[in-house]
Amino acid sequence: MSNIVYLKTPLTDNIIESFRIGDKVYISGIIYTARDAAHKRLVELIDNGKEFPFDIKNQIIYYVGPSPAPPGKPVGSCGPTTSYRMDVYTPKLLEKGLKATIGKGNRSETVIEAMEKHKAVYFVATGGAAALLANKVKKADVIAYEDLGAEAIMRLEVLNFPVVVANDVYGNDLFKEGIAKYKRESS
Amino acid sequence: MAIHTRISTAKIVEKVSSLCMDANFILNEDVLKALTDSYEAEVSPVAKEIFADLLENAKIAKECRMPICQDTGVAVIFVEIGVGVEITDGNLYDAINEGVRRGYKEGFLRKSMVSDPINRTNTGDNTPAIIHSEFISGNCLKITFMAKGAGCENMSRISMLTPADGKKGIIDFVVETVKVAKANPCPPVIVGVGIGGTFDYAALLAKKSLLRPLGTKHTDPDTAALEQEILDRINKLGIGAQGLGGWVTALAVHVNRYPCHIASLPVAVNIDCHAHRVKTVTLS
Repeated sequence: MSNIVYLKTPLTDNIIESFRIGDKVYISGIIYTARDAAHKRLVELIDNGKEFPFDIKNQIIYYVGPSPAPPGKPVGSCGPTTSYRMDVYTPKLLEKGLKATIGKGNRSETVIEAMEKHKAVYFVATGGAAALLANKVKKADVIAYEDLGAEAIMRLEVLNFPVVVANDVYGNDLFKEGIAKYKRESS
Repeated sequence: MAIHTRISTAKIVEKVSSLCMDANFILNEDVLKALTDSYEAEVSPVAKEIFADLLENAKIAKECRMPICQDTGVAVIFVEIGVGVEITDGNLYDAINEGVRRGYKEGFLRKSMVSDPINRTNTGDNTPAIIHSEFISGNCLKITFMAKGAGCENMSRISMLTPADGKKGIIDFVVETVKVAKANPCPPVIVGVGIGGTFDYAALLAKKSLLRPLGTKHTDPDTAALEQEILDRINKLGIGAQGLGGWVTALAVHVNRYPCHIASLPVAVNIDCHAHRVKTVTLS
């Protein structure tokens, strides 16, 4: 039976190791946004031996490009984007100490292996539930790459942001298990 | 040809701008019904909770006038121009793009268009729209807006099958497309299928099939049966909502057929996500 966990960021190895696929996690604290263009820049920094615009150790990256904040709101609608486009960059960020990513959709075998190696997890948020998820964001500040617009890196302060553990540090994959369980006849 | 209706570009700008916002804030009743029915039908507890989240999300989006999904899409516009319509004070395409520009700005919608597929600089106003136009009889101008997100668009595929592949080949290709897409297009999806025509026309047939309201049957019984057969196959894949396993992978399969060359069997599959945002206005 899967657990319900109320998580305060930053992550620790103990917490990470306690997660199992299917666990429902409500995240409170700080998470960072980054998607395609920001990932490209972050990995270029690594390749050139340069410093990051934020300390990535033990942090969570959320794959999102929010819609613009309307008056009175910290951020616009902000559901997850599809994660596989970041797969090519993720292992390098895990090597730098990143402990979790939030997105939607499947990860590559390479990323799953890298998560096992570096003790990191992959959370999924409900794709398309963007207005609901925006209500969980209490504060949002652009901290890097403002020129990228919706793709800039933001520091989000979230309260009870709902996610599900899709890949744990033990190599388990909720997508594979879920499909195997609900598949009907061979196709 | 006598002109019976004059429509100003200012009116088109205003209407397109409203369509962009309303489509992104308010999920149509047919989609809400499909999500509610799926909530009832789903057996996986994880997937069931996702359907509950999606219905709650639609409620929040409508009440707060917030985008249902942050990917407010490419603005895909279908325009049917009655031959008795005269557009005054400018050009129809410019007016549509101006409407998109205004709607995306006023509605705080995300601007997702880049000016070049390789150099990738954001145009800053979500233009240009992708516009499909056709002439029809009568004196009306019908404009349909679709917000097409990239997650599902990226999982769409086309194949030039051979006539020998036939119906089985078509069904296998459509089911395989949904299967390899797995969680990526944000299931539950709506599967638009274009069969026939040419390479380009099959894709347009597929996209246009998405405009048909959910829960309606194709008028041709043979096509309706084909849609049902494909839907049943897809919903046995087990992919489920968000790909986490479940019985409801697709809300609907829509098929459009068209004549084609004796040597061809083009099949295009255009996938739309559950955030199926389509609105239409008719001016006369």
